[in-house]
Parts: sequence; C-alpha cells; structure tokens
Amino acid sequence: MVPLWMFLVVSAALFSTGLYGVLARRNAIAILMSIELMLNAALINIVAFWRYQAPENVGGQVFAAFVFVVAAAETAVGLALIILIYRRHQSVIAEDVNVLKW
Amino acid sequence: MTWEALVFLIFSVITLGSGALVVTTRNLFHAALYLMLSLFGVAGLFVLLTAPFLAGVEIVVYIGAIAILIIFAIMLTPQVMQIPHLRSNQWIAALVAAALFFLMLVSVLTPLAEELGVDNWSAGFTQDDPADVPADTLTTLGESLVDPDLYVLPFEVASVLLMAALVGAAMMVRPEEPEPRRSEPAPVVEPGAEQATTGGD
Repeated sequence: MVPLWMFLVVSAALFSTGLYGVLARRNAIAILMSIELMLNAALINIVAFWRYQAPENVGGQVFAAFVFVVAAAETAVGLALIILIYRRHQSVIAEDVNVLKW
Repeated sequence: MTWEALVFLIFSVITLGSGALVVTTRNLFHAALYLMLSLFGVAGLFVLLTAPFLAGVEIVVYIGAIAILIIFAIMLTPQVMQIPHLRSNQWIAALVAAALFFLMLVSVLTPLAEELGVDNWSAGFTQDDPADVPADTLTTLGESLVDPDLYVLPFEVASVLLMAALVGAAMMVRPEEPEPRRSEPAPVVEPGAEQATTGGD
C-alpha cells in the first residue's frame, strides 16, 4: 500500500482547500461547503490512522461514524440559520450579517 | 507503480481537484456538484483504506443527504446564484494563509521532519505495510456501537444530538406568520352592487 504520510498529505491539502474557501468566500452557503471539505479531511485522517496504526481496534471507525453524525447535524442547523438570515436580510453574504458586531 | 498507488492517485486527484473547484467556482450550484464529486473521491479513498462501510456511509449520508440539502438551500435562496466579486485583496490573503497552513502541516507530517533532524518523529508515518484488517470488522463495529462496555453511551448521545439538531432546524425555518386559512369563504360580491371589491386575496 501507499505509505501513511501520503494519505496525511492529501488530507492536509483538502483541509487547506477548505480553509481557503472559508477565508475567501463571502457566501454563507459556500462557507458551509468549505467546512464540509474540512470535515472530510479530518475523516480521511481518522480512517487512515485507524488503518495503519490500529486496524484491529474498531474505535477508529466508530469515531469516524460520529464525525458523520456531527456533520449532518451541523449542516442541518447551519442551513436552517442561513435560510432564516436570508428571510430577514434578503442576503446570504456573511459580511452583511453584522447585527452582533456592535 | 502498484495498482494501489494508481487508485490512490486517481481518487486523490478527484478529491483535491473538485475540492479546489468547490472553493473557486463562481456558480454556487456548480460548486455543490463539485462538492459531490469531491466527496465521491473521499469515498474511494475509504475503500482503499479497507473501510467499505464508511465509504457507503459517505455516499449515502454526505452525497445523498448533505449535498442534496445544500442544493436545496441554494435553490431556496435565489439571490445566491449571482455572487458578488470578492474584495480585491481578500482572496490573496486567504490563499497565502491556506498555503502556509498546508506547508506547516506537511512539514510536520511527512518524513521531511525527520530529515530536518527530528528523530523518530514520523517513524510511524512511513510504514506502507500495515497489518491486515480483521475480516469481521463490520460485525465488530456494529456490536461495539451497542455494547454497554464500549460505545453505547456516545451512540445514544449522538442520536439525541442528531434529533435535537433536526427538530431545531425544522423549528427555526418554520413560517413566521401562519398563512390565512384557505377555508374561509371569500367575500361575496353582489352582482351590480356599488361596493368596491376589496379583500379576498
């Protein structure tokens, strides 16, 4: 198989891509999609470490399954918030939502 | 190049290429479709890592549910189709930050750290021949999720979290004012009468 560090580098690249999206995008839904990329990078990391370091211990896969649950909950709540904000401000640009800033 | 390295290369390119398109495409709908492709690449990496259950969950939950939910949200907010341009310098700063973060991660994760004189830091990272996965991993996974000695408590907490999040999401996006009832009879307008025809809409 390919060595472990290759998976880790792919995961790091995916995470950095998501980080760029979170920082550069202005649209809240695009930011949410970038967060999904970052969560997937973390998932690759978890599963790769499970496979290479402790394949006999099923805890790694359990942990990955919990990441799925958290990702689903996060997306549902995040999109609900975005739609609520869109109804109120007619905008999904993250910078337009600044009522808590001052 | 072994076939495993080839498969790894293909799925890595799919994942990272469509991931880059997700964060750069102007059209949000296309970005969501690229997100699906990227998640498919991640599922392929899971198969390569001998985690077929997680690959299936990735496709069913992420591509089948989360990406579709994002597409629904994109279509419910029509303004997002036209994305205003970024402020001129913001994306450059974001690119530099992300690139520096990537370099930092890579320098720690790869054997590069060892070449720089850190002894034994990444000894476990260079192994390419891990032990075989037990054949009954899926059975063990299912049993450990309901085993009182293992993960039944986190499992239940996760299910409660998921239900609370979904109920909360549904509560948040409910209509703010109930719509007027359709069953009310419309005001009857006498034919030929003087009164203005107000109401009824």
